[in-house]
Amino acid sequence: MAEPFTTHTGLAVPLDRINVDTDQIIPKQFLKRIERTGFGQFLFYDWRFKGDGSPDPGFVLNEGRYRDATILVAGDNFGCGSSREHAPWALQDYGFRVIIAPSFADIFYNNCFKNGLLPVVLPGDTVRRMLRSAADQHPYSVSVDLERQVVTEPGGPSDTSGPSDTGSAPDPGGASHRFEVDPFLKHFILEGLDEIGWTLQFEDDIAAYERTQCTG
Amino acid sequence: MPPKTMYEKVWDQHVVKEMPDGLTVLYIDAHLIHEVTSPQAFEGLRAADRKLRRPDLTYATMDHNVPTTDRSLPMTDEIARLQVDMLSRNCAEFGVPLYDLDSPRNGIVHVIGPELGITQPGRTMVCGDSHTSTHGAFGALAFGIGTSEVEHVMATQCLLQKRSRTFEIRVDGVLREGVTAKDIILNIIRRTGTAGGTGTVIEYAGSTIRGLSMDERMTICNMSIELGARAGLIAPDDTTFEYLAGREFTPDGAAFDRAVEEWRTLATDDGAEFDERLALKADEIVPQVSWGTNPGMVTDVTGVVPDPAGMDSENDRRAAEKALSYMALEPNTSITDIEIDRVFIGSCTNSRLSDLRAAADVIRGRRVSPRVTALVVPGSTAVKQQAEAEGLDRVFLEAGFEWREAGCSMCLGMNPDILQPGERCASTSNRNFEGRQGRNGRTHLVSPAMAAAAAVAGHFVDVRDW
Repeated sequence: MAEPFTTHTGLAVPLDRINVDTDQIIPKQFLKRIERTGFGQFLFYDWRFKGDGSPDPGFVLNEGRYRDATILVAGDNFGCGSSREHAPWALQDYGFRVIIAPSFADIFYNNCFKNGLLPVVLPGDTVRRMLRSAADQHPYSVSVDLERQVVTEPGGPSDTSGPSDTGSAPDPGGASHRFEVDPFLKHFILEGLDEIGWTLQFEDDIAAYERTQCTG
Repeated sequence: MPPKTMYEKVWDQHVVKEMPDGLTVLYIDAHLIHEVTSPQAFEGLRAADRKLRRPDLTYATMDHNVPTTDRSLPMTDEIARLQVDMLSRNCAEFGVPLYDLDSPRNGIVHVIGPELGITQPGRTMVCGDSHTSTHGAFGALAFGIGTSEVEHVMATQCLLQKRSRTFEIRVDGVLREGVTAKDIILNIIRRTGTAGGTGTVIEYAGSTIRGLSMDERMTICNMSIELGARAGLIAPDDTTFEYLAGREFTPDGAAFDRAVEEWRTLATDDGAEFDERLALKADEIVPQVSWGTNPGMVTDVTGVVPDPAGMDSENDRRAAEKALSYMALEPNTSITDIEIDRVFIGSCTNSRLSDLRAAADVIRGRRVSPRVTALVVPGSTAVKQQAEAEGLDRVFLEAGFEWREAGCSMCLGMNPDILQPGERCASTSNRNFEGRQGRNGRTHLVSPAMAAAAAVAGHFVDVRDW
């Protein structure tokens, strides 16, 4: 059963790259573990650590001011490549609760929801601004409200559009951005529902289907 | 009835339950599993005291982390061995048939599925591996899933899904000599980018696709995920049926004839709508070589390494600069001037018998360049045995290639087959991501013939001049 996600406020770290693939998020030499836990230490391993195993000071996650970051802001097509669920496991185990990007790869996007990690799609211009703010302002703390589907930045004018959130930003000083999420994915992660248990309520339908296919 | 695409037909045939918002309980006909993405799923079943619903529709192999050297020796990587042992124990406990290292049916999951006839037109197939799209070459709706979904399929034989958008990619005309299926798909990804297919299921169509063998169709569908698509499909036809006849898991006799009649109805109806379309002319495609760190960063073998300064979008420019820095390449370098240290012929993209034949044809009677270490890893034990029966192993060995046991090997470097830092590799695999084949290793994606020619020359060459 996945950890539920409702709201989260945390420090954002900018990973200003496009096409961050799952081989970067968690390199293959760490896929041999048979547990779901303990992958955070290997997150972005080849970027975080030099060949001799010491931290690379040039990589953004190694900057002291981002040590407590829980929100990752990144470029287009985040999570492309392999289907390894070790990628969201590593991000979550490291301490991230939210990934914000203009677009995500399909399998990674789905895998996040199974693990209480919320991927948020915002327009490219908004994300570019957030990447700059996360680099320039400190602390740059962002709030995410899944129920209302709103991301709120500290300070600045609001660019929220659509009638559903007009005048309802939690922090009147911060820019708010509405994001879209599939109702079913939202429901499951909000409640932390057990998807297998949910599907098993249709066990009779599954059995009936199997009889029609002669596979039962 | 409005005309339907093949994807819609296969989907509709597998709907167990559809909710008003389109959320669907979709039945899965075949579930392929391997050692890397299954242990946590089995553990989840045990923790919730759940059964594996259909062990008879579940098929297991070990491929990702297995050594490709002498199999009579124990695995030296303790953690990998634990994962392999865990798969054996889990399969025994849950009653799943396992094609382990001693089995003549062992091999890369996407090579043995078709080989054994598990892959069939109209089936839904999943695996905890993104290259599951390979099986779409038969008109099966096949896609990669994460480990939570692996557990979901184990427990329910179903997945919760919503319909994808549809994307038709047509390739028409006659391929030039020396141009292969690998060049077609690399050229497609070069045009669409690595996110150009996100959210879609692709159907590859057109006269060029129709003229491809099953091995070649698998190469195309295999890399659908590299443009971000969920799956890639090719309509089954006589080429498909001829391939499937007589395989272990395909029906035989009158049952096969009935199956063929049904499979023929799967093709997309005339007039069916696709959400997106792309058309290519086959005779415009030449051998392709990747120059960067994703499979969309590709150019012609006759071309040069692109200059980021000339790129319109800032995102592309910065990504290209990073890629060239990682790849240690200068803009405007001729592709044929790029020298290589390693050659890898293998992976679920290009490790089938026809791939090995194509590579062998190029090197027969020649020697691997002294600067190059070259490796051939057949996709399955069956491919290896067939190749040996044809004498291909001798062609490779005499040329100076290493001839190995089946497995994923250097495609992802989970086993001891990896690049050393700074080494440059001509590879028939599917991903040239940073570190994919080993930390600071530099991967160039090419066809088997192009890889073989590069092994001999020590640098890329246009195989059409060979």
